Amino acid sequence: MKMTYYPGCSLQGTARDYNDTILEVCQTIGVELNEIEDWNCCGASSAHMTNHEVAMRLSIRNLLLAAKSSDNVLIPCSACYQRLKAADKALREDPEYWDVTDYNPDFKLVHISTFLAEPEILELIADKVIQPVGKMKVACYYGCLSLRPPHITDAPNHEMPTTLENIVTAIGADPVSWSHKTECCSGSLTMTRPDIAGKLVGEIVEAARRGGATAMVTDCPMCQANVESRQELPPGASMVVYYATELIAAALTGSYPEKQQKVHLVPAHALQAHMERSAHNVGTASGSTTETTSQKEESA
Amino acid sequence: MQNSPISPAKGSRKLLKKLSSRDIDVQTCYQCNRCSAGCPVADYFDLQPMEIVRLASYGMEDQLLASSTIWLCASCDTCATRCPNDIDITALMDVLRELALRKDIPPAVPQVPAFHASFLESVRRWGRTYEIGMIGAYKLRSGDYAGDMKLGISMLAKGKLSLLPHSIEGKPEIREIFAGKGKEYER
Repeated sequence: MKMTYYPGCSLQGTARDYNDTILEVCQTIGVELNEIEDWNCCGASSAHMTNHEVAMRLSIRNLLLAAKSSDNVLIPCSACYQRLKAADKALREDPEYWDVTDYNPDFKLVHISTFLAEPEILELIADKVIQPVGKMKVACYYGCLSLRPPHITDAPNHEMPTTLENIVTAIGADPVSWSHKTECCSGSLTMTRPDIAGKLVGEIVEAARRGGATAMVTDCPMCQANVESRQELPPGASMVVYYATELIAAALTGSYPEKQQKVHLVPAHALQAHMERSAHNVGTASGSTTETTSQKEESA
Repeated sequence: MQNSPISPAKGSRKLLKKLSSRDIDVQTCYQCNRCSAGCPVADYFDLQPMEIVRLASYGMEDQLLASSTIWLCASCDTCATRCPNDIDITALMDVLRELALRKDIPPAVPQVPAFHASFLESVRRWGRTYEIGMIGAYKLRSGDYAGDMKLGISMLAKGKLSLLPHSIEGKPEIREIFAGKGKEYER
């Protein structure tokens, strides 16, 4: 399967490790990603919040570059996804308004969790799992922009999404039921009003803990950075936020490398600990795919 | 009511026309307050989201553009998503911020537009966000030199901040966008 890929700026900076694990997972399950050549920033929140025309045209340039191919476009960043979706809809409706003569590409813009949670992709992932992540209790955290507003994002369950839960279940984690999975962490205010970000992040982390989670899992690079950096808790009490693809990559390779753990702003050993425990429980540290599958069935 | 400064008779018809050109129909608000109830930042606002919508329906531009709400809104889209009458409150906030900037209204929370300007300056120059340049520009604009020093150093050490900008080939196109392509129609 081939897809066009729009990583977005975060995945080249603060969320570089998100990008690495996406590439790793896609390669393992046989999805070929072709990065849009010379893509530009989508403008994120700052452009649409202060300059509608610039916001639209920044996204339109990316869409026209993507339209050189008819492959679906995979977008991992929630903000990029929402901005490109908004521009795609406006452009399809009235290309002339935006000085484009014709725009009707066959592709769909696909957010990463929607893509990974498709049943056939989940099957590909489950088939390649070397070491399940071991019933780790996780709070799946979506944030805002891949879901809202639904008339732009086309998210089917924008108040109670389940894509991340389906993904983490496929690799052996145990998603908890909790109250804040689509609450805003105020990522767009994190530099300007860290006091507000601290309060909102505190409430989110507390809700995750109340739900019984030992870690959070997200698909949004802003949420990940904001929730890890704005926790005003002693290191021992902090809650790690993994990318969903980080968990998948660990399950597919059978290990969670030290190097990856160190990229987190808070202690991130929970995943490694769960994987070791799970390996110990099934009585093997390096079972083949077929072994682990049958062992999973036994334990089920 | 005759002496009230808030009255449809005193509102800006231009503002109402602008909102209608963006399909933001503030007149359909029946004040159910779901927008304010769901807003995660409402505690910090001087005007609640529902008050913003009501003032907008009266065309009360001056009060709206001077409010802290338009700058503290995190643009999370909860209000617009939950509005039973499909009022795009997030887009309303966008329009108000843009108008406030164009009219040079002193912002109630100056560091927020300083951040947006720094972010967009970095995109205009390189085509992609250059985090370190953006943070530096923000600190100069806002005067917030000391904030988040520890976090910045930690992120740098963890390789989360790239030292060099990611420059793209299509910079001339990006400059054209920022120079106001399309703006000639004043929309």
